[in-house]
This record gives sequence, C-alpha cells and structure tokens, in this order.
Amino acid sequence: MVELILQTVVNAVYAASFMALIAVGLVLIFGVMGVINFAHGELYMLGAYTVVYLYADNELPFYLAVVVSLILLGLLGAVMERGLFRPMRGNPLGGLIVSIGLLLILQALVTMGFGVRMEHVPSPYQVPIALFGLESVSIPAQRLILIVAAVVLLGGLWIFLRRTRLGWAMRACAQDPEAAALQGISINQTARLAMCIGAALAGVAGALTAPLVRTFPYMGHSVIVAAFIVIIVGGIGSLEGAIIAAILYAFVHTFVTTFVDGVIADIVGLVLMMLVLVIRPTGLFGTKERA
Amino acid sequence: MHSGAASSRSLTWAVAGFVLLYAVLVALPHLISFSQKEILVFLMINVLLVVSYRLLTLTGEWSLGHVVIMGVGAYGSALYSKAVGIPVPLAMLLGACTAAAVAFVLSFPLFRMKGFYFLIGSFAAGEIIRLLWKRFREPFGGPKGLKLLPSFPDVQIGELTIAFFDPVTYYYLCLVVVSLSLLILYRLERSRVGLTFHAVHWQDRLAEAVGVNTWRYRTLAFVVASFFAGLAGALLAHYLTTINPNQFDVEQMVFVLIWVIVGGTATFYGPILGVVALTIVNEVVLRQMGVDQARPLIYGTILIATMLFLPSGLESLVPKLRTLFVRNTQKSTSAEARPGAELRTD
Repeated sequence: MVELILQTVVNAVYAASFMALIAVGLVLIFGVMGVINFAHGELYMLGAYTVVYLYADNELPFYLAVVVSLILLGLLGAVMERGLFRPMRGNPLGGLIVSIGLLLILQALVTMGFGVRMEHVPSPYQVPIALFGLESVSIPAQRLILIVAAVVLLGGLWIFLRRTRLGWAMRACAQDPEAAALQGISINQTARLAMCIGAALAGVAGALTAPLVRTFPYMGHSVIVAAFIVIIVGGIGSLEGAIIAAILYAFVHTFVTTFVDGVIADIVGLVLMMLVLVIRPTGLFGTKERA
Repeated sequence: MHSGAASSRSLTWAVAGFVLLYAVLVALPHLISFSQKEILVFLMINVLLVVSYRLLTLTGEWSLGHVVIMGVGAYGSALYSKAVGIPVPLAMLLGACTAAAVAFVLSFPLFRMKGFYFLIGSFAAGEIIRLLWKRFREPFGGPKGLKLLPSFPDVQIGELTIAFFDPVTYYYLCLVVVSLSLLILYRLERSRVGLTFHAVHWQDRLAEAVGVNTWRYRTLAFVVASFFAGLAGALLAHYLTTINPNQFDVEQMVFVLIWVIVGGTATFYGPILGVVALTIVNEVVLRQMGVDQARPLIYGTILIATMLFLPSGLESLVPKLRTLFVRNTQKSTSAEARPGAELRTD
C-alpha cells in the first residue's frame, strides 16, 4: 500500500510538471493579451506531431525533434498573435472565438496529413529508474526528462520575467498596457513574445510526452479542459498560482484516478473549478497583478 | 395617413412573404433526395436550437453548455418514454421541462459569474452532466447511451393514419413544433420582458438602478432558452431513437457557436440565416466535393473570416441588400436592427 501511494505520488509529480508547462503558457498569453487561447491544446498536439514526423517517421535524433518543435511552435505563436489576436485586441470573447476557429483548422490539417488513427512513437529513454530504493516504485527516464525540462524552462521563465528588462516590460504590459506604452514599451512586440513563449512551452510539453501518451489529432481536448481547470483554480492571471494549482490538480486527479476511477477524477476536477468560480472567482492565488 | 398606408403595405408584403416561405417549406421535402430529407429534419431541430441560444445571448451571456442542456431534454424524454412508459408527446414536453429545471438549478452557481467566467462555468457544468451520463450505466446507459427508444406514435385522423418513422412526416411534425416555438420566442422578445432582456444586456447598472432584478431576468432567459433547447433535444432523440453522450459534446457546441456567429445575433432571423447557410454549404457543397476531412478546416476558416471581416454576421448584409433593391421604400421601419450588435463583452 505504501508503495502504491509512493508510486502515485511520483506519477502526480510528473502530471504536475506537464500541467504546469501547459497552464503557465496559457496564463502568460492571457496576462499580456487578455485572450484565452482555446487552441492551446492543439499547439501541444502539434508539438507531439513534430516528434512523430521527425523522430518516429524520419529517424532524426529525439532531442533534435524536441528543439525543432520548440522553435516551430514559437514561430506559429508569433503568427497567431499577428494574424488572429491583434485584430481582436480589446475583445476577449472575440479572441477566444477565433482561437476556436484555429483549433478546428489545426485538427483538420493534422488529420489530413497523418490520418485520424493513433501514432506509435517508440520511447527513446525507456529505462525505468528505481526510486527510494524500492523495486516497485519507479519512473521511466522519459518522464523524468519532462520533469527536469519543466523545472528548467519554468525556472528560466521566472528569472526572465523578474531579472531582465524585457521581462519587466512584459509584466508592465500585463499590469497596465497603456501606462506601459507611455513608457515606450511596444505592446505588439511584448504580445508577440508572450505568444511565442506560451506556444513554445506547449510545443515542448507535446514533444516530450509524445512517446508516453496516445498521440492522435484530438489529443488536445482533454489537455485544454484540464488546463482551464488549473488556470481558474490558480487565478487566471497568476503564474505562481498556475504552478501551485497544477500541482494541486495533478495530485487530486492522479490519486482519484488510481483509487476510484478516471471519469470520477474528471468530474472532481470540474467540480473543483465550479467551486472556485462560485466562491472565489479570482482563483486561490489571483490578485490584481497579472503575470 | 402616409405612414399608415406604408405600414399596411409592408404588412401585406410580410404576410405574402410568410405564405410563400411556408409554401416552400411544405413543398421542400418532395423536391429533394432521401438523405437530404434526413438533413432537413436535423436542420429544423438545429433552427430551434440556435434561436433558443440567441434568447440566452440577449441578456449578454454566452454559454458553452447549451448543447448539453439540449441533451438533458433528449435524455429526459428518452427515459420518461422508455423506462417510465409515458406517451412520447408528453415525454417530450416533460423532457423540455427537465431541461428548464436543470437550467434553473444551474442558474444559482452560474449567474454569480459574468462574461468569460460564465462561459467557462457553463462549460464545466455541461461537462459534469455529460460525464455523469457516461459514468452511470443505470439509468443513462453509459458511453453507449440509450438505444431503441420509442418513436413518435402514429396519429389517426378518421381514415388517415400518419406514421412518423418517415423523415417527411417527421419533418412536418418538426415544422409545426418549431414554428410554434419560434412564434412564442418571437412574442416573448417583443414583449415587455424581452425589452428588459435588452436592458439587462446593454445597461445592467441602469436597469438595476430603476428597480429591475437583473438576476431574475437572466435566469428567466436561461430557463426559457433551456426549455426550447430541451424540446429540440427531445425531437432529435425520438427521430434517431438512439442517443449517447458524444452527441452532445463540446464539438457540437462549437458548431452551434459558429452558426450563431456567422448568422449574427442582433436580429431574430440572424441565427436561422447562419444555420441554414452553413448547412447548405456543408451538405450541398462539401458533400458533392467529397472533402469530409477538410470540413472542420472550412468551418474554422469561415468562423475566423467572419470574426475578422464580418463581425456582425450575415444578418448585417440584409439591410444593405434591402437598401440596394428597394430604394423607394426606404421609409420602412428597420426597428429590428440594434446598434453595436457584434459579439463582444467588456
């Protein structure tokens, strides 16, 4: 029993790292642009399909595929900012609607290119690593890589936002776009950068998990639902809140899935979100300050 | 005198237009192929769905749970008729009432939220209901849903027996039910209550200041819209005679959103325009071209193009066409157009 609980904790830590990568990107985009990107799950899906194409189909090294998906999704993010979200600025619901349109387009393009069926991606780092000196508690190296990547990337983002001029500019934009513009900060540039970072984080999450999950064109759906729960619970503009809520949600969801069942776990997550919306719409950690 | 003559003339035109419209609607199923008759039934049901959705948007709230509410009507009617044994027509009405009751219960948590939060909250509430259908095999049938539902009973008028398993007769049934529902919804919007809905949307602070209980009117719009969505669901359930949770998932909701946004929500006919136009595009153009996988691609493109280039929807083209063709009757009232009707929440 102790071993099962320990194993579930390990699984939850993995799920939390993954959710944090997705949710932080979503929150960053919302903080700077005021838009909820419904297509975020599809950016994650595209990251996974970059690995399917480069690593599984064309046998390039795995790490190269991950780097390519990071760059590719970052560029796509910039294009989305310019083409979709900039014309919708000041109309949050409009931004959400165009991202739903993009979601349909990306799903259809991937379906046309790769087919609807699931892709098989062999894991390059399958070796299970035993933890706590116990044989039955282990984590595949592939999952460990994602945890390390999440800590490094999110830590890097935190330093970037707190210690660099560009990061300050981004936070200024999130707090008050007009005042930031008066200080000579380009809102367009900042929004583009936020979109780049957010999309790239989703892409990396997809690339690193492609060998671990079922990779198919509609894989983004369950991810976006979970990500919405996380950002609402964490407080919609708060990066720290998103990370803490990702950990909270991952633990609750993993434990309920292990000890009850998956559908109940989904329901519990949604009920948690409803409770937060009713009792404290700013989220557990939401303050006036965004991002 | 002058305006009186003009209005009586425009009334004549309106009556003539309706007679013509219904002549076409009655004749239509006899002019098309079998699969197109099926689509006509779905189109009729979807018209009711989008018009009821518009009633909800009148008070300024955009829900992502409307299709699940439709499903509540479908599941309700299915269970009342199959498990309890209530006659189908009555079960349909009870299903619609169940949808309204569920909406009333949901209104307590949901109307503590506004704008984006309402959108996400309604989505969460809908998903919870849908997952309950999926999880509980008793009585909802689990992921496979409910099968072999009783169909609409035959109607005996003297010597004539009308059977409703045929798409054409079921279409006529839908035509009658949907027409009556639209009439009720139209009268409601034109009534004092409907005007208050507009006030709640555009001037909620002012409305509250003059003593309007905005919460109550939001709830009323939500409950009435849900009743008619539930009725649409019941019509669907007893036509297909099988329902499952995936029929009411967020993808269907996205289609409803697209229909409503492409059509526009400022006028009563806007959403109908949207659903009819896109169904024609879907069934006639895309099916002929045989590009099934590209369908979401085209829908997504249409949605984005509408948001960027025609934010007030297809309905905004109607007054332009009208002024283009009938310059001489420009005095005719266009009271239906409401300013700043494009989709936005602040």
